Parts: sequence; structure tokens; C-alpha cells
Amino acid sequence: MNHTRVLRSVVVGVTALALITACGTPPPKDGAANGTAAATAKSAADFGGLDKLVEAAKGEGRLNVIALPPDWANYGELIEAFEAKYGIEVDSAQPDASSQDEINAAKQLKGGDRAPDVFDLGLTVALANTDVFAPYQVRTWADIPDELKEPSGLYYGDYGGFMSIGYDAAKVPAPTAVKDLLKPEYQGKVALNGDPTQAGAAFSGVVMAALGNGGSADDIAPGVEFFKQLKAAGNFLPVDPSPATVESGQTPVVIDWDYTNAAQTAKLAGKVDWKVVVPAEAQVGGYYNQAINKDAPHPAAARLWQEFLYSDEGQNLYLKGLSRPVRMDAMTKSGTVDAAAAAKLPKTSGEQVFPTQEQSDKAKQVLAATWAQAVG
Amino acid sequence: MVAPVTTGVGRADRAAPGPGPGRSRVAWLVVVPFLAYVGTFLVYPTVSVLAGAFQDADGGFTPTNLADLTRGAYLRAFLRSIELSAITALLGAVLGALLSWAVAGGAPDGPLRRVVVAGAGVLAQFGGVPLAFAFLATVGFQGFVTRFLRDSFGVDLFAGGAWLFELPGLTLVYTFFQIPLMVIVFLPALDGLRPQWREAVDSLGGTAWTYWRHVGGPVLLPAFLGAVLLLFANAFSAYATAAALVSQGSPIVPLQIRGFLTGEVLLGRENLGKALGLGMVVVVGVAMGLYAVVQRRFARWQR
Repeated sequence: MNHTRVLRSVVVGVTALALITACGTPPPKDGAANGTAAATAKSAADFGGLDKLVEAAKGEGRLNVIALPPDWANYGELIEAFEAKYGIEVDSAQPDASSQDEINAAKQLKGGDRAPDVFDLGLTVALANTDVFAPYQVRTWADIPDELKEPSGLYYGDYGGFMSIGYDAAKVPAPTAVKDLLKPEYQGKVALNGDPTQAGAAFSGVVMAALGNGGSADDIAPGVEFFKQLKAAGNFLPVDPSPATVESGQTPVVIDWDYTNAAQTAKLAGKVDWKVVVPAEAQVGGYYNQAINKDAPHPAAARLWQEFLYSDEGQNLYLKGLSRPVRMDAMTKSGTVDAAAAAKLPKTSGEQVFPTQEQSDKAKQVLAATWAQAVG
Repeated sequence: MVAPVTTGVGRADRAAPGPGPGRSRVAWLVVVPFLAYVGTFLVYPTVSVLAGAFQDADGGFTPTNLADLTRGAYLRAFLRSIELSAITALLGAVLGALLSWAVAGGAPDGPLRRVVVAGAGVLAQFGGVPLAFAFLATVGFQGFVTRFLRDSFGVDLFAGGAWLFELPGLTLVYTFFQIPLMVIVFLPALDGLRPQWREAVDSLGGTAWTYWRHVGGPVLLPAFLGAVLLLFANAFSAYATAAALVSQGSPIVPLQIRGFLTGEVLLGRENLGKALGLGMVVVVGVAMGLYAVVQRRFARWQR
């Protein structure tokens, strides 16, 4: 099913590219008349209520999303639910692209009707590109914690999670601490999801390693040192983990967000006994962010997508993918949270670290200077 | 002896009547799309790389991007890229030359030659992601050769570390497409050796060694050197194979550039990436300049 989806996006993408190169900027569509109004709407009230927003979005009929892997934070199901509920076709392009790729695509396809309508971004990329976003506040805006949203609504946290260690219980003993990975049982088995100087998840993996080795969010050098030791011990795998590498046994241990690792557990049930642990001494959290492209070709659909993601239904779907939806606290209080899904979240307790932007910036400078030498 | 011939050719050129006006219009019709294409996909990117290499994030002039190339991880990446390209070019050139020599000795229409030439034509283009996956499937951590050796003989291919995902692995994989390319570019040079030269050496009492030392070697040397340079540039600019194989550490320049363009952690360093690109243009430019010099010398023997 995922294959057809990927294939379809590829076909659509290629066709789109051909069309764009063939005719340059496509002529404005029928929806353009109310499109200008939709493009500046800052809340559902600006449309005259949610019903009017739904109407406008249905008129556009499409939504372009980018970089949403079906097995990441349950996006596969979220997209299907949105399509079914509103009858709006979702074009999912480049599911495996990075946050920066999303911004690049928006700039390159600007003015065309294939440009991404919405973004799902790591905080660094969101902060650096606020000039590309349109401010919008969803109806459940008040539930989003202040530290996770830009006041005018340019970007706001959607779901988060903790750095975790996923492992094949049939191949390796259960790790209880980050340092365990240095043991000989893990020889040639530990993979990190990406290069930490490029990928946000891998970056947080280094912060986790720092916490597990006497460092802190202010001092990630012990984390870099840990991976250096991991490599020296022959335990560190320079392979980019994916469902395929996990299933074929190439990457028996994967350091990644808990919701991504948890998605593997569900996906590989019956084939691989994939377990997830958030090390108690090193709990690093992080949130992703939603933003609307200010040049969105489907401005109403983009805003409806946000309303859907931040509705109880959308937030519970995130939760079903074992990511922590941003409204979780409020929903727990009001009792609308999916309790069965919440009970399945990997256990966390005690000190939890959410690196601030200053700490991240400092950590990045350390990584830029030392990472290549540590693992090169 | 050579000089008069050259001037003769030049004079004949000048004396030839120029093309008529109608023909020149048709020629323009053909040339303009070509120039537009080259301008869009070659000149424009090159100029943008050149300009970006000297700009900071705000568009102002700065020499720091280029200065950064001369130290630290960037310098090491350049040295590694050059090392990787040089080693695989030499390996590919020597092994490819031996293979070409073995083939050139046979019948021109023989099955051996046909198979090798056809195979080389296909394999020289067999790069990128498929090649990387072919190696992962055979000698990767769970590749069938790896498993066979481990299960049947107790030999662990990865006892020395994850070599396939580092420089040794890249060397092995790159050599795989360098050898066939060498066969393609070097076989014609070997075919250029006239049998009469060998007969002349024989009849004057020379041995095989005398022939290769004084005739065959000197004639082939420029072609060989030219091929080495071509292979060097081929490996230096290769990207997809390495990108599919290496996900940690970005050991070579093309992978570092990827990091600057798609990375979501360290932002705002696109211009440093362009400076790296400019560095690559310079290295390949030098290699191609040397290639042109060598080719000019080689051309004399072919007349």
C-alpha cells in the first residue's frame, strides 16, 4: 500500500515537473477568486466559520504535502483520514525528504500549483524561514503550550517525542543505558538515523549520548566522544537505517525518535521482535512544527489541514503513531485523549531535557567542528 | 617534419570557400537551442557557483568561504577525494589496460572481444544507486557473500570494521566502473599499434621487451596518461554511488556539498558548499587541461 502511494507520488511528481517546464507558470485556477481571501486568513473566523473554510477547501479540491513518510508519526493514516473526511485529494511528494528540502521545494516551485501547501519542520529550519510562512491560528490554539508556538501563528509545534534506542530483541540484549551500547554484544550493530550535522533526529541522538555520558544540553562533547568510542569499538554502523535495513537485519540497533522506532515495532510485528527504550538517564525531547506556505497554491485546504491536525481526531491519530501530540496535556484534562493509545507510549519519567535554541546553536558549532573527525 | 604538414592543413582551411548565407541561417537554427541548453545547464550554474563562493549569507563579498577550504575537514575532504580518484584511476587504468591488451591480441570479430567490449559498455554506465545496492546485497553486512563466508568458512568480512561504507569500500565500488571505462577509451589506442612495427623490430633482431620499451610503450604512453586523467575526473565527480553508500561523516567533497544543501541542522552554509563546488571545478579543470596537453601529443602519432 505504501509502495503504491510512493509510486503514485513519484509519477505525479514527474508529471508535474514535465508540466511546469512545459508551460511555465500555470494559469490561475477557478478557486483563485476566493483564493486571495483564503491566503490571508489568520483563523477559521476569517472565513466566516469552519463550515465556510471546509467549503472553500473542497472548492480547491487538492492539498500538496511534502516530506511526510507514511511510517513517521502516523502520517499515512492522517492523510487517508483527511482525504476520506473532506474528499480532498492529498498529493504527498518526496516522503523521505528533509525539512530543508521542503523549503527548497517551496522556493523552486513558487507560483506553480504543485508547490507544497504546508510544511512539517524541525525547529531550526522553521526559525530560519519564517518569511516563507503565512500566520494562522487553529481553533484549538489556546491548548498549545506557549513555548511551542510563534505568537502570531507563523509556526507551532505539532507532535514530539523522545530520543530512543530501538533494538531487535532476538539479536541483542536489551540496553538499559546509552553506555550499554559500547559492550561487545553490540559489535557492528548500532546505527544512528542520519548524519547529525544534517539530520535533526541524528542531532538529538548525539544530545542523548551526551546526557548518557556525563554531558548536558550545554555540553554535547561527551556525546561526540561516545560515538568516537562506539566507532573505535567497531560497534557503530555507518548505515542509514530504514524499515528495509531493520527487516533484513542490517541495523539491529537504531537510535531514533521513539515514534519512528515504535512505528517499526508495529510494522515488523511477526517478523522482527523490535523493541523501543527511552534511556532513563538521557531523555531528550523535541517537537516538530507545522507551518503554512504563504504562497500555497491551495490556501484554504492548507488551513483546513491545520484545523484537522489540531482537532481531537488529528491529535489522537498522531498519538496512535506513538508520537506525543502537542495538545496532549489539554486533551488529557478534558478526557478527549485516546487513553489506550496513550498507554502504549514508551515509558518516561524523571528529568526530561528539551534543548533550547541557544543550546542547540552552541551544540551545532561543536558538531560542525568535531563530528567529521570523530566518525570520519 | 611535422611543421609543414600543419601549415598545409591550415592553408587549405583558409582557402576553402565559406558557407553560403542560407546555410549559415540553418546552422544558427541548430546552434541556438544548443547554446541555450549549454547556457542554462552549464554556464549559468557555473557562474552562480563562482559568484556564490565569494558571498556571505547576506550576499556581500567575502573571501572566507574559499579560505575555509584550505583547512580542517574541507581540506581533508579534498585530499581524500583526490586520493580516492587517483587510486581508482590508477587501478582502473592498469587493470583495464591489461584487459584491453588481452582482448586486442585476439581476432577483431572474435567472441571474446565482442563480449568484453559489450560488457564494458554496459558496466561503465552501471554506477550510482544500483551499483551501491549491488555491493550491499553481495558484500554488505547481510550480503549473501558475507553470510556464505561467515557461515561456511568462519571468515568475517567486517572484522576490520565497516570498510564497505568508508574509503576502502568506495575504492572497491568505484574501481568497478573505472575498469570498463578504461577498456572503452584504451582499446582504440591498442588497435592503433600497427603489426608492421612489431615485424620491423623482429626483423632487426629486437625482442618483445625491445618492442615495448622503444615502440609500443612510447606510442601508448600518452593515451594511457590521458585515460588516467579521464578516469580521475570521472571518479572525482561521481556522487550517487557514494551518496547511496555513505551516510555518516561525508568523507568526500560531493557528500559534503550534499550536507550543505539539504542539511536541516547546520543552516546558512550554502555558499560554503558553492566554494567547495568551485574547488571541484578547479581540480577537474586542471585534470582536463593536462588531458588536452596529453591528447595533443597523442594526436601526432595518429596522423
